Amino acid sequence: MEIPYTVEVRPDTGLNSGKIGIWLFLASEVMLFGALFATYILLRVGAVEWPHGEHYLNIPLATLNTIVLISSSVTMVMAWASLKRDDFGKFRLYQAATVGFGGVFLVVKYFEYSAKFHHGYFPKTNTFLAIYFTMTGLHMLHVMGGMAVNAYLWGPGAKLWKTDPEHFTNRVENSGLFWHFVDLVWIFLFPVLYLL
Amino acid sequence: MGPTDTKAGAHHAPAHEHGSDHEELSFWRKYVFSTDHKTIGIQYAVTGLLFLLFGFCLMMLMRWQLAFPGRALPLIGKLFGEARMPGGTMLPTFYNELGAMHGTIMVFLGVVPLAVGGFGNFVLPLQIGAPDMSFPRLNMASYWFFFMGGVTMLLSFFVPGGAAQSGWTSYTPLADIAGSGQTVWILGMICLITSSLLGAINFITTTIQLRAKGLSFFRMPFFCWTQFVTAFLLLLAFPPLEAAGLLQLMDRVAGTSFFLPTGLVVSGQALQVSGGGNPLLWQHLFWFLAHPEVYVLILPAMGIVAEIIANNTRKPLFGYRSMVYSLIFLGFMSFIVWAHHMFMTGMGTTMAAFFQTTTMIISIPSVVILTSLIISLWGGSIRFNTPMLFALAFLPMFGIGGLTGLPLGLNITDIPLHDTYYVIAHFHYVVAPGTIFALFAGIYYWFPKATGRRMSERLGRLHFWPSLIFMNGVFMPMFLTGLAGMSRRLADGGATYAFTKPVLHYNQWSSFSAWALAIAQIPFIINFFWSIKHGEPAEANAWQATTLEWAAAPSPPGHGNFKELPVVTRGPYEYSVPGAARDFIPQNARAEG
Repeated sequence: MEIPYTVEVRPDTGLNSGKIGIWLFLASEVMLFGALFATYILLRVGAVEWPHGEHYLNIPLATLNTIVLISSSVTMVMAWASLKRDDFGKFRLYQAATVGFGGVFLVVKYFEYSAKFHHGYFPKTNTFLAIYFTMTGLHMLHVMGGMAVNAYLWGPGAKLWKTDPEHFTNRVENSGLFWHFVDLVWIFLFPVLYLL
Repeated sequence: MGPTDTKAGAHHAPAHEHGSDHEELSFWRKYVFSTDHKTIGIQYAVTGLLFLLFGFCLMMLMRWQLAFPGRALPLIGKLFGEARMPGGTMLPTFYNELGAMHGTIMVFLGVVPLAVGGFGNFVLPLQIGAPDMSFPRLNMASYWFFFMGGVTMLLSFFVPGGAAQSGWTSYTPLADIAGSGQTVWILGMICLITSSLLGAINFITTTIQLRAKGLSFFRMPFFCWTQFVTAFLLLLAFPPLEAAGLLQLMDRVAGTSFFLPTGLVVSGQALQVSGGGNPLLWQHLFWFLAHPEVYVLILPAMGIVAEIIANNTRKPLFGYRSMVYSLIFLGFMSFIVWAHHMFMTGMGTTMAAFFQTTTMIISIPSVVILTSLIISLWGGSIRFNTPMLFALAFLPMFGIGGLTGLPLGLNITDIPLHDTYYVIAHFHYVVAPGTIFALFAGIYYWFPKATGRRMSERLGRLHFWPSLIFMNGVFMPMFLTGLAGMSRRLADGGATYAFTKPVLHYNQWSSFSAWALAIAQIPFIINFFWSIKHGEPAEANAWQATTLEWAAAPSPPGHGNFKELPVVTRGPYEYSVPGAARDFIPQNARAEG
């Protein structure tokens, strides 16, 4: 049995089901991170003193990571566009770059985290570090999740290209939407935690 | 109907699915790891019913302690071990475990899975004429996340220190410093939140994408509308609780102080934490979920009742469009009323004024829906079968629950009533004789669709009347004890307070009614299992109904639901149309003239 509108677009809604699904998922993600940003605001407003991000955090490294993530979003779009242009070889290349940039982000984050631990800064040290570790930690889990999906679509999942190229392109587009969202969260996290 | 109606699904995908083209599936794929929405719906419903029973058993234990505080529980008391009930007498900590887990289980593992996971999964695709859900594998994952969450919650009784004891609301800072059961509670909740997230995405996408040709939004049965709105509430309200759970987990495991204020003293000792947190933050995040959650509990129930009332009055629903608009409005409003649970926290008058205003506003659409349902009865030749009896009982019971909520929504009257048995009585009237009666109605109503056989009417009545009487026996006295000031979380039922003396005996009324209510469920359990094999065979359209699940699908529907996908030509409730040959015209009947 085949479910209608999995790949093809339903004319009156103008969408396929996967696209609706991923946007709904992102809506719930907005609520998840929204609640955490709200928490940040409430705790900061109520705090007697609030440290400047640069006191604890490494702004150059975070800037580097911001550039890395934005680049990965660009390669993600290129990967999808390559499929649209029927160029599977280019897709492989760009998709690998996307996953690779994600890996670079994680490595940089690893050095940041271990530097904090080395200095004796832990989540329990104060409220600022607590929210820093919680939000960046949750974001990191999202990066890992996105990387896993993208790596799957680069590797074993790419078999679908041979049998149903449109379906496969849709999958890359949807995983791309998620990846851009993860990128966007970081674009908010960076100024809020490091700069303000 | 607007111009979009004719466009809706006009270019429908060719119906390449035939009800009968199923390949043979192994037992495991067919009944356990099934991707068929009907099987998953039944899995949800049965698991939900079992959890309802379990949660009810926890409550019956508590009711012994409330009726006879400090007295040993005869016969089974000793089974719970010395750590919980030494000599058969319940310790307050065990009472707290039971209380917290009763609430958690009833809400998150009983009612919601049955109302949304069970009825939503089983009925929604059938009613909109879809072969299955949009994402069948996601649907299966949703059930198994729910199952894992349930198992996690059950296992939490066995960790050192027992299950969560901080109430189903898990208020901080109490929950931050509670025993390890609370950590397991959070992990269980994360599974349940994941489950409802996947389910919500699936329900919304399915409703948008898989409506049959001709089934515009305003031709959808009211039940589908309730599931659609409910799914949005689940999608958007649960993530903040997930965030809150994460923060509480960090507090408990990583030693952070999100919810722990500076200078917190526990048992006479200053807590060694960094402090700087805010206990009220938890309440805000929690109620941001939990108020919409109230509507998650009630909306599907309204949907079920609406279907049954239209079918058994043989009349169109009164004010179908107003009901739908009210429903949507209610969904929006439910996100901005949450702090009416928090009047006691000392919020300023401006805040309180805002939230009591929104609370009064949200009562309007509820009243519109309830009133429409009552007016729908007017002038109908009503068939009093078991589903209809439960649906009819829902109306006054939910009415009592709703109206007694108004004083709780106003700051000035909430303050003396807050955290008393009045609150317990109020929300139980909404959820127990309200929602649960609607769920029973739904089971009796859709049972013939799921099994091809009817449940026994005689046993149904034997279930209904005692249940109605004893439900009221349990909860009506609580209004009195609550108004007298009895607090809701006391392990001795208020026996230590002088001012509760005149009403204390009502505790025994409630308890005996609760135990009698348990006995009243026996006919239902017998009926349920007996009728699967031996019930009176039912034809495909067992209730002469108009909606697609009855009019277009066999009972039980095969894999893929319909022989060919139905085409909808009319609205959902064309009953007793003047001049028609029969007193109902199915939604997929050929257009006349």
